[in-house]
Amino acid sequence: MITKVSRRRLITTGLATAAGVSGLAIAAKIADRYGLLAPDHHGILGAGEAITYGAMRLLTSHHSLAREFHRSEISKVHPVNGKHPETEPYQLLLAGNFADWRLTIDGMVVRPASFSLDELKRMPSQTNITHQACEEGWSFIAEWTGVPLSYVLHLVGASPQAKWVVIHPFDDFWDSIDMPDALHPQTTLAYNMNGGEMPTDYGAPLRLRIPRQLGYKSVKYLSRLTVTDSLKNVGDGLGSGAPSAGYSWYAGI
Amino acid sequence: MGVTSTRNGSPFHRVAGKRCLLQLARVRFSPIVMAQSAYLPGVRIEHAAAHDAPRHAALVRITHWIHATSFLALVLSGIAILLAHPRMYWGETGAVGGPSLFDLPLPFVLDVPIRGPGRYVHFLSAWVCLLTGLLYVISGFLTQHFRKNLLPKKSDLALKPILQVVSNHLHLKRPTEAESQTYNVLQRLSYVVVLFVMFPLIIITGLAMSPAVTSVFPFVVTIFGGQQTARTIHFFLFIFLVLFLLIHVAMVILAGFTKRVRAMITGYSAARKERS
Repeated sequence: MITKVSRRRLITTGLATAAGVSGLAIAAKIADRYGLLAPDHHGILGAGEAITYGAMRLLTSHHSLAREFHRSEISKVHPVNGKHPETEPYQLLLAGNFADWRLTIDGMVVRPASFSLDELKRMPSQTNITHQACEEGWSFIAEWTGVPLSYVLHLVGASPQAKWVVIHPFDDFWDSIDMPDALHPQTTLAYNMNGGEMPTDYGAPLRLRIPRQLGYKSVKYLSRLTVTDSLKNVGDGLGSGAPSAGYSWYAGI
Repeated sequence: MGVTSTRNGSPFHRVAGKRCLLQLARVRFSPIVMAQSAYLPGVRIEHAAAHDAPRHAALVRITHWIHATSFLALVLSGIAILLAHPRMYWGETGAVGGPSLFDLPLPFVLDVPIRGPGRYVHFLSAWVCLLTGLLYVISGFLTQHFRKNLLPKKSDLALKPILQVVSNHLHLKRPTEAESQTYNVLQRLSYVVVLFVMFPLIIITGLAMSPAVTSVFPFVVTIFGGQQTARTIHFFLFIFLVLFLLIHVAMVILAGFTKRVRAMITGYSAARKERS
């Protein structure tokens, strides 16, 4: 009797486990197809990340706007994390006041291009006053002016099959964002902060501003953008330098 | 007791009068009724001895331990995140260099790599906590667990019975086995506040710190008056819930640790041998 029960239990447990695992694999495939799978979804900790990102992507439409504030609400204190890169290429550009700096855009685009700072500044600009929170816990409100990333992506003819934009800065904090965020109306390539030139340590000459995510996603010191449909072969394949350091790829939290 | 179950006309009871086999099967194996039957000692009494009704229903026991595990993970990972910036603000923004509401007497831990993994753990356990919590709350309403076992009885909400329970607690009086079969008015009040005030609030204040969520539901943060206020309230709720946990464990120890924990694992406060 005991053997029978335990055998039955063994078989049902085995079947349930197999069904569970294949169910999860199918769910992951479907989620990936509809752009609901975070690149750092692997492992036990990645499971929470996968649910969070999938839920957020279902919840936030392409046009839900981060809260904007009045000029009088701009913070008096704007702490900054990290200093500008000490590397030679960046130092040379900084010494020349970024006259020789160019932003390269390549990958799945019809017209790969590179733009100077002046060219970017002549494009349609957008100013928003938004909240920026560091994952550490502190935050500030500032005014940012830049060119909407969606405008630049349309200009170079980003492929409709593209899924991600990989962001290469001059420092080590490379990252990537998905197309819904890349094409989001508030996502800008910012060159001004609080009405003045972008201060060096805040990301000069150009930084990403993505107000629906935490501060570390707003990558500073931009150098190159790559439009792609897969992150597998970029870096360690986790979509960003953040996951290997312990931070989630998606920072809309 | 049998009368009680007839009066509330549970689907389980209706079956007795009807002959439809399909309906019987459907009702018998519906998870709601299976969970409900555990809360309806009256139904059980007709078939088995009274002491066979478990103190805690299976669903309550399972969700309790999953919840306990995920809550502990939330607390520990929350501390790992907090230590990056143990400074609290009021309003929309706040940072070092500006005024704080208060500074916790803790170091700023930025170089020890605990908060990144802490964040992964925090969000994973938040999902586990939320989903088991939802399962528990929905079943608690469906089976009337809340109305029968958690909502304080009207007669108990008077000064005298409350003072009586307070006095029992202050004298560290161990409850009798009969008293342990039901929750007293203080337990009921604190469970209701934790379940329906603190947990919803700690979830909402957590969501208020998400710029993605507030882009869809701005009121989640504006009702608190700002993101830093929400963070500070999230912190206070964490303190309250940890205090609740400590008192909860202290009371379990006072009431007889082995019996109470056994009741929450097996459903019965006595070991199997003693029962038969």
